[in-house]
Amino acid sequence: MSILESFQIALDSLTANKLRAVLTMLGIIIGVAAVITMLGIGRGAQAQIEAQIQANGTNLLYVRPGAQRQGGVAQAQGSAQTLTYEDARALAEPGVAPAVDLVAPEFGAGGQVVYQSVNLNSRVTGVTPEYLDVRNMSMADGEFINAAHVQSRATVAVLGATAASNLFGDEDPLGKTIRINNSSYRVIGVLTAKGGTGFGSQDDQIYIPLTTVYTRLFGGGRFRGSNQVSVINVKITDASQNDAAIQQVSEILRQRHRVSYEDDFSVVSQQDILQTLGNTTAVFTMFLGSIAAISLLVGGIGIMNIMLVSVTERTREIGLRKAVGARRADVLTQFLVEAMVLSVLGGLIGVALAYGFSLLISRIPLGTLTLTPMIGLDSVLLATVFSIGVGLFFGLYPANRAASLNPIEALRYE
Amino acid sequence: MPDHVIEIENVTKVYHMGDVEVQALRGVSCFVERGEFVAITGPSGSGKSTLMNIIGCLDQPSAGTYRLDGIEVGSLDDDELAEIRNHKIGFVFQSFNLLARVPAWKQVSLPLVYNGSDDRRARAVAALEAVGLGERVGHRPSELSGGQQQRVAIARALVTHPAILLADEPTGNLDSKSGKEVMGIIKRLNAEEGLTVVLVTHDVNVAAQASRIIRIFDGLAYDYDPTAIRPVAQPLAPEGVPA
Repeated sequence: MSILESFQIALDSLTANKLRAVLTMLGIIIGVAAVITMLGIGRGAQAQIEAQIQANGTNLLYVRPGAQRQGGVAQAQGSAQTLTYEDARALAEPGVAPAVDLVAPEFGAGGQVVYQSVNLNSRVTGVTPEYLDVRNMSMADGEFINAAHVQSRATVAVLGATAASNLFGDEDPLGKTIRINNSSYRVIGVLTAKGGTGFGSQDDQIYIPLTTVYTRLFGGGRFRGSNQVSVINVKITDASQNDAAIQQVSEILRQRHRVSYEDDFSVVSQQDILQTLGNTTAVFTMFLGSIAAISLLVGGIGIMNIMLVSVTERTREIGLRKAVGARRADVLTQFLVEAMVLSVLGGLIGVALAYGFSLLISRIPLGTLTLTPMIGLDSVLLATVFSIGVGLFFGLYPANRAASLNPIEALRYE
Repeated sequence: MPDHVIEIENVTKVYHMGDVEVQALRGVSCFVERGEFVAITGPSGSGKSTLMNIIGCLDQPSAGTYRLDGIEVGSLDDDELAEIRNHKIGFVFQSFNLLARVPAWKQVSLPLVYNGSDDRRARAVAALEAVGLGERVGHRPSELSGGQQQRVAIARALVTHPAILLADEPTGNLDSKSGKEVMGIIKRLNAEEGLTVVLVTHDVNVAAQASRIIRIFDGLAYDYDPTAIRPVAQPLAPEGVPA
């Protein structure tokens, strides 16, 4: 008896009891669909997070002030105000740190931004010209802050795309004057939208020269004469130079800060963040996937259950088949193929369903963004192979039971 | 020299039920000639079913020899027995044993599935025509009468052109009219096609239609003269059994 024949027989007996076949498959369908969808969601989330981080620019190091110690008690990270504009310039000095490509210090603060009747709170960040390159941004219109602006503490502003549309609507912001904390700034450029949110949407920010922050942003009071920065963004020459760059930057800063015992700054690389988040989402994906895999297992047990019932129900049929010449292997194959058809068909429907679910999930708005599950060929293959395995594993026992039936007793079975 | 399709010599069958040994056959010797129509009869518990299972190659003797169409069956393994059943034996059962929801021609072609024959449908249809069901090829068991279902079963037994047709109470589940119809077909196949028929029954009227009767009693076989069969109302045993 050929395999094709076995398929024909299996299909015949399954179509003879369609509802039961569908209900049996449902377990596998749900299991496979769940596994693929869950893995897809995990994968999609990971890709989205990675894309957002990489939108900040690749090959980045973030240098932040360390924790301030107060009577031996470590305060929150960043509470110390130890990083200065001069630190940044030292890092950028040619030759001192060969793995460093560009250095872009920033100082972020909140600000009251007014244009005509629009009045909103926005994040205002003081930056230097390198910022554009380092953070992988581009101009939609106008120009970015240049060295002369920084030098002269110019009252100019560059708007993120969202900030521009919030303030100006359809109007062209270029050359207009806005007020930030009661000082006037001329808008010289608008950035291209980057999408994503990450750590506070970059599109919703307003950029002014770093030096201007110190003199003007807070009425010139609080930070006048100061030169502290909140973050020094460092672009390294190449991803392979990551560790070397961290080493060099740390070395220079330790020297400048005369660190003897514990660093008063911290250096985090983009790669570290990516890796940490990658690990987190991988665990998350495993978690979702394993829950889904349990449902696949339950589906397999369902197949075994129905196959056992089917073998008992069809004892006389098995007896007859043996009487007219079916060998042990023929009967075994027939029932095994039947279990496999159930599980594989269920698996394929499950894959199709997973694509449907993913499409549906990608349409659900989650705040401002949507999550697009990414169904990889590997997870489809995995689920398919797994469902074949489930069919084989859970079909073998009932099939063997059928094949071992004594034809005389089977024919006499009531 | 007579052509014996079935040769049974001193066959015994012992069953072990726990610690108890049950001797179902105690040394049966008999034969069936090619083209003969033999009825095997006997009361329940006589060993009749055991003998039938051995003749049908569903079971093997504990001792003694059984040759079917010249093949010594006693030494064959399960798969070889399955092949013998497929090629040499056409089974007809009391309860038809048709597959539910399967059209007649597929029922009939079932034995062909297991020997890899082609043109199954044509052969199945030919077998169905031989039992007068040429018009019912696509009918399912639920659409057929009892007599027609048993005729489908006969067609299924014939489709491999077996050496013997082994019928176990073929009229047992039928009303008398359908029973006569089925017996008519079996007799015609025997007379016209020269089909060897072994019919197992305890119905004297059915057995009487055979050309020879073998009677099984207490695990032994006896020749039985069909002309000596008494009317149905009369008890058969033990007077009918030669000492």
